[in-house]
Amino acid sequence: MTKASIAIVGAAETTRMGKVPELSQTGLHADAALNAMAECGLTPADIDGIATAGHDSAEIAQYLGITPTWQDSTSIGGCSFILHVRHAAAAIATGLCKTVLITHGESGRSNNRAHRPLFPSMQQQEFEAIYGPLFPPSRFTLPVLRKMKDDGLTLEQLAMVAVVQREWASRHPRATAHDPITVDDVLSAKMIAWPFTKLMCCLVSDGGGALILTSAERAQDFPTKPVYLRGMGGESCEGPMVSQMEDFTSSKAFRVSGKAAFESAGISHSDVDHLMIYDAFAHLPVYGLEDLGFVAKGEGGAFIAEGNTRPGGRLPLNTNGGGLSYMHSGMYGMYALQEGVRQMRGLSPAQVEGAKLSVVHGVGGMFSGAATVVLTSEDQW
Amino acid sequence: MSDRMQPTIYSETQFYWDGAKEGKLLLNACTACDGGAYFPPRPFCPKCGSRDVTVQEASGKGTLHSYVISHMPAPGYEPPFTVAVVMLEEGVKMMSNILDCPANPEALELDMALEVTFEARGDLMIPQFRPATGGAA
Repeated sequence: MTKASIAIVGAAETTRMGKVPELSQTGLHADAALNAMAECGLTPADIDGIATAGHDSAEIAQYLGITPTWQDSTSIGGCSFILHVRHAAAAIATGLCKTVLITHGESGRSNNRAHRPLFPSMQQQEFEAIYGPLFPPSRFTLPVLRKMKDDGLTLEQLAMVAVVQREWASRHPRATAHDPITVDDVLSAKMIAWPFTKLMCCLVSDGGGALILTSAERAQDFPTKPVYLRGMGGESCEGPMVSQMEDFTSSKAFRVSGKAAFESAGISHSDVDHLMIYDAFAHLPVYGLEDLGFVAKGEGGAFIAEGNTRPGGRLPLNTNGGGLSYMHSGMYGMYALQEGVRQMRGLSPAQVEGAKLSVVHGVGGMFSGAATVVLTSEDQW
Repeated sequence: MSDRMQPTIYSETQFYWDGAKEGKLLLNACTACDGGAYFPPRPFCPKCGSRDVTVQEASGKGTLHSYVISHMPAPGYEPPFTVAVVMLEEGVKMMSNILDCPANPEALELDMALEVTFEARGDLMIPQFRPATGGAA
């Protein structure tokens, strides 16, 4: 029997999401952080570790009035917060700090900020941007026609990703998009970057989220139901030039990160009750299902189209509606974590009955990086 | 055209852009391992870490590995335009537009043969690809 060593005791999103013009980007960090501290009865004086992405952790620490003994500003894109969870766990386990606050805030829609969060890449500028793919919809999508030809992924299957996630979003009062959509709606929506229409692309939102982690033995001191980390998760990167992705039909970063997380947790795929796969675009859950090993290569699209991931299906996936329907500030990984925590607390509006184990997997940049963690409601296994 | 983004060139990549001005597509290649050609340029082999690398001229032949037809704005580009990844004969991938070819899926068949050409942009020549003309190589 293994006892849990790390617990998430605080988890909250910003008070409002979607369009929040009254808050700056740092204000969104703070709103989420204050909500997370309030729900577990902490103040900034109780926090001795801080992690964030897209901002220097010092900026957020000073803004919130925190004096940390441990900090992490690792920023590898939207999955950075998932990676922070395992970094924070390692820091707590080795005694570098006791109580870590991870914050995210992004004014993706209102643009109340001084900079965009992702670091530019010199090689990407010199050898890719000069050909005109200046935005994620025309970069992140570049490998997909290759995957369609090599692995038999179809446009209708990609459209079904959006259709199924909208079904989940319809159960979430805080989701931005609720109305049911059909495959025809998705395929006939405005073309953004062939073969991707607008409904295969994520929302553009304002919002934020925060998590508070501490040792499992302290978890009982808090009023919230603890959610435990099972194993230490995984992470990897491949690089910011999507044209240099080794294999256009499979993400190396996903495979490395996922394998490490499953091995560390000592779980098999059949143990997983609930799954979050960061979906900035409709193809990402397909790559994720295959590269994490839930289905064989080439089977991800059919698995979703056949209804396995929809409400009532055998593998509930992206139960908040995902970046396609819930919200997408730009660095969505924090919201995948929040839904994983809600599910393990038993408090999601789209609750999977009896779910005890959730895998949260995220992408950073355009297949540039990845991080995976395993959450559980059980304090030993 | 002149509005299009210019690459920022560094000392390690100057040879690549100098070659383009002479109508040559130049690649680094490793002489210490069997790693062969690699991209983008750098003065060491990304497979074995050796600094024993050379410069070789690519054949200029390739195939259409993947693409999107971008309806997003970009300075100097008139949407929709094709953003492609070309698989060179030497086994390395690079980004390109597809010139002399309509930006529609009917005209852009995956694995179709392509050949290098060069686009004048300011003082530079930018490597680009177009459908192969079928001439003897």
